[in-house]
Amino acid sequence: MIKKILKSVREYKLGSILTVVFISLEVILDVLIPILMTKIIDEGINPKNLNIVFIIGGILVLVALLSLLFGYLSGTFAAISSSGFAKNLRHDMYYKIQEYSFENIEKFFSSSLVTRLTTDVNNVQMTYQMLIRIAIRAPMMFLFSLLMVFTIHKKLALVFLIIAPILGFLLLYIANKAHPLFESVFHTYDDLNNRVQENVRGIRVVKSYVQEDTEISKFKEISNKIYQNFMKAEKLVALNTPIMRLCIYSSIILISYLGSRFVIEGSLSTGELTGVITYAAQILNSLMMLSMVYVTCIISIPSMERITEVLEEKPTIQNGKKPIKEVENGEIEFNHMSFSYVKGKKVLKDINLTIKSGEMIGIIGGIGSSKSTLVNLIPRLYDVTSGSIKIAGKDVRDYDIKVLRDSVAVVLQKNVLFSGTIKENLQWGKKDATLDEIKKVCDISCCNEFISKLKDGYDTYIDQGGTNVSGGQKQRLCIARALLKSPKIIILDDSTSAVDTKTDAMIRKSFREYIPEVTKIIIAQRISSIEDCDRVIVLDNGEISDFDTPKNLLKHNKIYQEVYYSQVKGSDSNE
Amino acid sequence: MSKKHTLLRLLKYILSKFKKQLVIIVLAIIISSICHVYGQLFLQTLIDDYITPLIGEENPIYTSLFQAIGFMAFIYVIGIFTTWLYSRLTVNVSQGVLKQIRDDMFEHMETLPIRYFDDNNHGDIMSYYINDTDALREMISQSIPNCIANGVLIIASFISMLTLNSYLTMMIILGVSIMLVVARYIGKKSATYFIARQKTVAKVNAYIEEMIDGQKVIQVFTHEEESKKKFDELNAELYENTKNANVYANIIMPIMGNIGYLVYVAIAILGGFLAIKTTTLSVGAIASFLLLTRGFTMHINQLSQQYNSIALALAGANRIFELIDAKSEKNEGKITLVNALRKEDGSLKESNTYTGIWAWKNPISKELTQLKGDIRFDLVDFSYVKGKKVLDDISLYAKPGQKIAFVGATGAGKTTIANLINRFYDIDEGTILYDGINIKDINKNDLRKSLGMVLQDVNLFTGTIMENLRYGRENASDEECIEAAKLANADKFIEKLPNGYNTIITDNGNNLSQGERQLLAIARCAVSNPPVMILDEATSSIDTRTEKDVQDGMDKLMEGRTVFVIAHRLSTIRNAKAIIVLENGKIIERGNHEDLLKAKGKYYELYTGAFELS
Repeated sequence: MIKKILKSVREYKLGSILTVVFISLEVILDVLIPILMTKIIDEGINPKNLNIVFIIGGILVLVALLSLLFGYLSGTFAAISSSGFAKNLRHDMYYKIQEYSFENIEKFFSSSLVTRLTTDVNNVQMTYQMLIRIAIRAPMMFLFSLLMVFTIHKKLALVFLIIAPILGFLLLYIANKAHPLFESVFHTYDDLNNRVQENVRGIRVVKSYVQEDTEISKFKEISNKIYQNFMKAEKLVALNTPIMRLCIYSSIILISYLGSRFVIEGSLSTGELTGVITYAAQILNSLMMLSMVYVTCIISIPSMERITEVLEEKPTIQNGKKPIKEVENGEIEFNHMSFSYVKGKKVLKDINLTIKSGEMIGIIGGIGSSKSTLVNLIPRLYDVTSGSIKIAGKDVRDYDIKVLRDSVAVVLQKNVLFSGTIKENLQWGKKDATLDEIKKVCDISCCNEFISKLKDGYDTYIDQGGTNVSGGQKQRLCIARALLKSPKIIILDDSTSAVDTKTDAMIRKSFREYIPEVTKIIIAQRISSIEDCDRVIVLDNGEISDFDTPKNLLKHNKIYQEVYYSQVKGSDSNE
Repeated sequence: MSKKHTLLRLLKYILSKFKKQLVIIVLAIIISSICHVYGQLFLQTLIDDYITPLIGEENPIYTSLFQAIGFMAFIYVIGIFTTWLYSRLTVNVSQGVLKQIRDDMFEHMETLPIRYFDDNNHGDIMSYYINDTDALREMISQSIPNCIANGVLIIASFISMLTLNSYLTMMIILGVSIMLVVARYIGKKSATYFIARQKTVAKVNAYIEEMIDGQKVIQVFTHEEESKKKFDELNAELYENTKNANVYANIIMPIMGNIGYLVYVAIAILGGFLAIKTTTLSVGAIASFLLLTRGFTMHINQLSQQYNSIALALAGANRIFELIDAKSEKNEGKITLVNALRKEDGSLKESNTYTGIWAWKNPISKELTQLKGDIRFDLVDFSYVKGKKVLDDISLYAKPGQKIAFVGATGAGKTTIANLINRFYDIDEGTILYDGINIKDINKNDLRKSLGMVLQDVNLFTGTIMENLRYGRENASDEECIEAAKLANADKFIEKLPNGYNTIITDNGNNLSQGERQLLAIARCAVSNPPVMILDEATSSIDTRTEKDVQDGMDKLMEGRTVFVIAHRLSTIRNAKAIIVLENGKIIERGNHEDLLKAKGKYYELYTGAFELS
């Protein structure tokens, strides 16, 4: 997992290495500085030797300037390489997601993909920066300082060999105990988030049912749970500083006790004694830093797992070996085709159909009859489970995916427009489409009627999610966008439901007029939307109940008759 | 609000509940810091007064030395104890304050008018609860204790330095001023980039969200390359800001620390010069002074490290206070809704139990008026934004038990009218009367309880289906809920779910179709059994076959109630008593279906499909 993620470091490898190098240099100087600072007093000022004060002072200035330089460089490189690593990770994940099939996307919730790309990457970035900065610094500090103590007095060094493991053990113990508690806090945070989101989104419901008090008490329950868990975790962590102090102080006392004997015996100087005590803090502090690194790492492990999941997800739909680069015409053939989302639960059963190029086909059927699924299989948004679908006589799986999808334009049921101008949105269909081309498709989809009324015309800005155009306008824009692709097959998946019947009819009329050679498939709830189709597929529970002209269907298909009469009867009596 | 203001207010917030604990914390920090420093200084005494005299002695007597070490141990024990004390108490305070703030925020949020939710980004509101409070946690539990400890030590060392030598202290002040100027510069830069980074993060988030939501469209249009390109641009911007923010955050420590060393050297040279060449300063004093300098600059350095986290926390606190300060909905109405009994003489009497008869109770005259569901608008004007009238001179009435429908294009003001009846928004001009009472005089909660609403966008809450059905009436029995579900035709699909009525709904019912959710919303409204109902596109996502089944239930549900219907499918409103056609906030036609068709006006156009709805 870690290997997989670290692959994204790429061009920032050098920066990471430089960080480590500069930090190592900085550490060496950091260990030297306290010695020099003590020396200036012991050897310069106390013996009243101004020359020595100047010399050591000069060295100290030099060392401090160097340390500043190294500190500056290591800090800068650490920032560059960790932010760069995060950038690459986001890049890799985003690119990967672009390869995902519908099935892949549905596996992750879209909100979860967003968190993975932002929060999780951020966690990993922080951990990475911490690792390249502190994970090197702390052990080096520890070793150097310990080495110094060893050179001063071997027996005194033993004190650290006893206290350091004890401290290390205690810190690890706390970290391991606290970690699951923190995890549970984060889980409860999700609940809190959820509760707030529901209330913010559903505030009208809360208020109209006058449920404010109940919601408050439900919220407090969660808030209290967070409080309890957080308290437990933080209580443990609050032991860190006292324990740290305990260990430092104990070593100072022990060193003073043992050290004073050595001094009196003559095997240690008083200056050396203070030196050893200065190192005590450094040695034990570096252990503290290591435990912090440890905690950050275990906290970011779930984030790393979530990132790896995205990176390792195999796109279920990929190009074949020698993809066909052209779709010749819009003939579609379903051959004993079955499909299931979940193994064993077929939602489409043994579909056999042939649609001629240029035909206009309607599809009707109740909720759950798999109308959308049927058409989504044509541009390979999903792959069939068994049997085959052929376009212009060739299996859809043999086409190049881009070519296939450019030739099969689906206007999805859940339409999405993106923030940007109308023109930019339409140009999704054809990148370099001229205004004339755009106008032409807008004529076909009856968009010009309302666009011409807008102050900014085609440059009108569409808000995120297309909230500033009406449902019917949105649908027509989406149709225009699909038409711009000049497809061989166009599929409208309930795409005119919010368009009035008259306009709806006009769109179909222009379809016949302007794009007679394109195969047109229309899914609709409204019988009037499919009444003038060449043939209509009646789907029932994943099976084809009938496939015939509307006229014949009205004569012999029960489902069709039922829908027809429920809708048409109404309008008859009123005209 | 200025930063200073926010900080003061935050402190007040903390003090209001944790005064005692806070005093103990501050004291404990002071004692623990003093012990820490005292222990360090005592080491010198130990060496000078207890160890040095014994050097070279044949039979050294250790008693007094051991006593001194014992004394030092004692000081340290106090230090450890006080450290533990304040660390532990800080947890109480920080967690306590956080809980308090979260609860206050939510409690206040529930009182805010709908307008607040219209005007504020939902994602932002949510981030107050987690990101901003978390930044506060860090500040309260780490930065504040850190500042107090370092502040105490800085003051203590400063006073000691002053008593030792004022010239050198001036030197220190100069040195430290340089450090502070540098720290301020870097801190500001860092904070600027952190804020810029925050903004880019929001931008990237929004982009990713939009694109991932539209991922299917991207695929259908093979638009992957363009989507990647735009992403790369944003990603590069984010990188730039993150990098800069981190660079400044990373370099502040080495720069400050090393300037501290330079100050130390300057003092050593100057002090050494004074001590050796003149007699103004003793050698011992300069040695102590240097020790103090070392600590002094170190504490200043540590103090400056807190700049970022405090700046971030205060920015968060500011947002939190903005929410807490947002004005609540006014609820000035005094008239309440009560259960009533009809006495033999026909007059009403208040009852404590559910009777099926509701009455409005005037708090002063104690007079009861039966709730009938008569609603009248009289010359009502309304605007969301001042000067831009959305509704203009609207007058209409609904007599008890009538079904009134609103028809018109998007933006004509249909939904707005519905939102005025339950006072989600308050009108600018005119009056709305409910059973002859101005709705402004009715307690908002009671007003809303009497109105059932089913909206186009269904919001469900985490919990079982049964709990969701019971949302409007907590004490409804299971049977009543199932009865309502049957009425709304929701029973069929609920029974098919793996756990039936006990199926848990998550993520706003993500696993249900839009149509199924609408059926649930209708059932939920039926359970609450309100005298007046507002249906705003309540069946828009239900397919026509199912709608036919729902329709019977709906008709039953509407029987005997005043109902306002907004519908896109005109077939659902044909049987309304009156149909009101709106255009640009004005009523342009009214009448029943037959009348309006005969009139061949706008309704006729709408009905025959020459115009577009919704």
